[in-house]
Amino acid sequence: MPNPFISGTFADRHIGTDDAAQASMLAAVGYDSLESLVDAAVPPAIHQTPIVNSTIPAPASEREALAELRALAGANKIRRSMIGLGYYDTITPAVIKRNVLENPSWYTAYTPYQPEISQGRLEALLNFQTMVADLAGMTTTNASMLDEGTAAVEGMLLARRAARVESPVFIVDADTFPQTKALLANRAEALGIELVEIDLATLGANPELPECFGALIQYPGATGRVWDSSEVIAAVKAHGGLAVVAADLLALTILKSPGELGADVAVGTTQRFGVPMGFGGPHAGYMSVRKGLERQLPGRLVGVSQDAAGDPAYRLSLQAREQHIRREKATSNICTAQVLLAVMASMYAVYHGPQGLKRIAQRIHHDTAKFAARLTAAGYTVENETFFDTLSVTKKGQAQAIAAKALESDILLYVVDADTVRLSFDEVSTQPYGGMLAAQENDLAEAFGLEGGFFSYSPDDTTIPKDLNRTSEYLTHPVFNTHRSETSMMRYLKYLADKDYALDRGMIPLGSCTMKLNAATEMEAVSWPEFAGIHPFAPAEDVSGYLVMISHLESWLTEVTGYDTASLQPNAGSQGELAGLLAIRGYHRANGNPERTICLIPSSAHGTNAASAMLAGMRVVVVACDDLGNVDLDDLRAKIAEHASEIAALMITYPSTHGVYEHEVREITQAVHDAGGQVYVDGANLNALLGYARFGDFGGDVSHLNLHKTFCIPHGGGGPGVGPVVAKAHLAKFLPGHPMAQSQHHPAFDMQTGAAGPYVHAGGAVSAAPYGSPSILPITWAYVRMMGSAGLKAATGAAVLSANYIAVRLREHFPVLYAGDNGLVAHECILDLRPLKEATGIDNNDVAKRLIDYGFHAPTMSFPVSGTLMVEPTESEDLAELDRFIDAMIAIKEEADAVAAGTWPADDNPLINAPHTAHSVIAGDWDHSYSREQAVYPLSSLVSGKYWPPVRRVDNAYGDRNLVCSCPPIEAFAH
Amino acid sequence: MAEKSELQYTAEHEWVLVDGNVATVGITDFAAGKLGDIVFVDLPKVGATVAEGKIVGEIESTKSVGELFAPVAGIVVESNDAVADSPELVNSDPFGDGWLVKIEFTELPSMLSLDEYTALTGE
Repeated sequence: MPNPFISGTFADRHIGTDDAAQASMLAAVGYDSLESLVDAAVPPAIHQTPIVNSTIPAPASEREALAELRALAGANKIRRSMIGLGYYDTITPAVIKRNVLENPSWYTAYTPYQPEISQGRLEALLNFQTMVADLAGMTTTNASMLDEGTAAVEGMLLARRAARVESPVFIVDADTFPQTKALLANRAEALGIELVEIDLATLGANPELPECFGALIQYPGATGRVWDSSEVIAAVKAHGGLAVVAADLLALTILKSPGELGADVAVGTTQRFGVPMGFGGPHAGYMSVRKGLERQLPGRLVGVSQDAAGDPAYRLSLQAREQHIRREKATSNICTAQVLLAVMASMYAVYHGPQGLKRIAQRIHHDTAKFAARLTAAGYTVENETFFDTLSVTKKGQAQAIAAKALESDILLYVVDADTVRLSFDEVSTQPYGGMLAAQENDLAEAFGLEGGFFSYSPDDTTIPKDLNRTSEYLTHPVFNTHRSETSMMRYLKYLADKDYALDRGMIPLGSCTMKLNAATEMEAVSWPEFAGIHPFAPAEDVSGYLVMISHLESWLTEVTGYDTASLQPNAGSQGELAGLLAIRGYHRANGNPERTICLIPSSAHGTNAASAMLAGMRVVVVACDDLGNVDLDDLRAKIAEHASEIAALMITYPSTHGVYEHEVREITQAVHDAGGQVYVDGANLNALLGYARFGDFGGDVSHLNLHKTFCIPHGGGGPGVGPVVAKAHLAKFLPGHPMAQSQHHPAFDMQTGAAGPYVHAGGAVSAAPYGSPSILPITWAYVRMMGSAGLKAATGAAVLSANYIAVRLREHFPVLYAGDNGLVAHECILDLRPLKEATGIDNNDVAKRLIDYGFHAPTMSFPVSGTLMVEPTESEDLAELDRFIDAMIAIKEEADAVAAGTWPADDNPLINAPHTAHSVIAGDWDHSYSREQAVYPLSSLVSGKYWPPVRRVDNAYGDRNLVCSCPPIEAFAH
Repeated sequence: MAEKSELQYTAEHEWVLVDGNVATVGITDFAAGKLGDIVFVDLPKVGATVAEGKIVGEIESTKSVGELFAPVAGIVVESNDAVADSPELVNSDPFGDGWLVKIEFTELPSMLSLDEYTALTGE
């Protein structure tokens, strides 16, 4: 049976199983076509009707898609941005671009939940944490935040839970970036926090502050001002509050650190450490805390532990803090970090070292000081007498004219008001050996009407207050002082990458994570300068290519999900959830129903749902699930009756987190609508639905999608992500807006007419940049463009077939939990390992670690059911890889049976000793009950191309009880 | 370490040893086993007033979080510092060195006997 829609197209390369493979798999599952299989699995009541006038064009070839992307890129205008405000041009060292950003060993890896096969990126993240903690003068840093704005919000929330004072007030320095203020305002409102804005730098000695649980200070300030905030910080702390400092890490190479000023928390971005601006992202934000606040950190935290042999090994620490454990009691909904970007930023520090970073900062500062002197000599007023890299320059009524003149020379300045322009200098505007690039200096001089001639300036001139000069050391660890040659740098990156298991080695069958192919063509455009080199607040006319691409995506994503409008602003699924729930909140309040604050969440939901609801100012009521894993309709009706007029929303995942298409979903959404509630459909499992059913058609009002799952953005080892929120028209005006957005309209351009789209998003901002992380959107654009509607649907079918094939093949060895109509699963299946443990003593963790010896990344462990493994093969794996996995699982089952039979003792067998490093089977005498071959080559197919884990099983408890979150000294690794 | 039969129990898997007007509180071996490797305990401060049935602390393992409820109302007279430093004591000796807090009470609510508690856990 030939595939009806394609032959030799991209979809054929994206989908791993060809016609012949699918035919044999269908035979095993008992269906005669893909269509009949999915039709039997998806309840008839929700089957989607054919779409007329689709906005998704017929599929393009890889060459055609790249040509169209070239055209879109060409519609963006690269200029020299001096806008600043947290985004600065930077030079990505080519060795980092080629070996990290463009290397699938780094970008196709998953979040390092299986530490034994993630030591490379865990080490890189530990470098990141060490780098930030050193520069910020803090003790413990997490493994990155989504961006500076959300890091500031998390800083505020941390202050509230750790403060010793009950006050609802949080003080925001008036000299804070405008986008950060917008985020704080939006998030504070939902949580009953009162923001008070104060120009803190003007308070003078012994500052008087209102009672507050914390304060945010921008350092240096948005105006460029550098001032000593230690007295303000002391005043905040005297009240029992916490001081949060949003600091520029590059400035901290020459400025006294927030820690030395007395801050409790430092937040910010690492963008200017070699990560392109990318029209707003993705970049790695950071959060670092003083001693005593470690346990309050949101997000992921890498720590040092030890393995079964007692050697140092890295792992994620204190995971019980995270939202997937604490659910509605969680203090943050952050799950995703920005690992790929954090790795790049940390490697920028490894590449330049402390002296190199300081040199860059000094050159920038000198250029700034020199130009300030010229301006002053010419009669301009530089408002901020102190600065690192930013000048606020006033001349009555001249701001627009100066900016316009600069624009003629392709320089972007930031117009603050009629009298003031602001300009920030950066690594790109300076010359490698010092001094500003002559062309840029001349163009700038022309914009300001500066004549040649004399002005007083010496390289020793600095406006930085003496007390704020940095004297403390940083980046003293050898890793930041070793890899000066490119050869050494290249080999260090290879050394780390070789430790890790990513999609370039084999299948990562993680349930609920959709680890599908990230095709090379999709990745091509990410680093093109026309996409990478754009400031997020560049004028609209400079970013037409981006706005057209984003318009396409908004149109396509709403079409495939049955909604009316989309926002690409949220930087992660969790942020999409938050944006969607805040939209529901806004809707109820606008309708005069502020009492609608209850969010119904099934017990099977991902923990993030509950955490997001709490942060949207809602209260969580849990709805029970029945024995089949479906929402218990009777309990739902009872909970609705109990809370009647207080129901704000139901959050439901479809297909469910159990990997099942719930038959009753229409009844469920109807019951909530009848009660006046809104329905939030979590799109985490959209890969099982695309082309067959649409959320909006079966009752969804709003959803988030995960472009890093269904739409091919790579996981990057634990970020970036993009979590767009899609909604029905009545929620449009409550979706996230942004004070700096280039267009208020969504889509910015209608695909048919080219006119501005019909919807205006006027809710509060959830990300620092108006369109979130645009530089990775070409990935999703290329995927949809090359697949076309038929290709997307075929991918869904192939994913569902692969999951059911695995379920059928493994069912006799492991019970498969939960099934929907006709005994079929959706795109993933849950293997119940509890009976195995009962019979053999071998648990799901042993099986997960043994899979490493067989050359696999483990499936998702103990989610959504404890003691199970959830397997999601995706459409991208071919039949040979699926069979290899099945063979491995069957062989492991036989090994467990051998333990039960007494062939191997319960305390010495290949399962509980897994994984086996090369060293462990070579060193010393072999005194185990099984052979060396059984340990590392249990299947003969492994002999060629074996993946060797670099460490043995990691001790989770040791690392949590002995928390170390920065690079250990080299001596720790001596055998 | 007290005999398990001399202790009283709560449905929240805590044990209580009554000595005069002071109740020593810990979690049972069943609860410690369910939590797994305990890595952190957060206990109420000495002098704190606690209400019966309210959350007064947290017990965190590598994979989950358990809440500590006050089984009796009263004033905390002692918090086990040894457990704060070495949380693994709760796993290794839940009925002995792994005790958590001592609460001075005026009134003792009715609690479960060992048999009743064992029936509850089904073990």
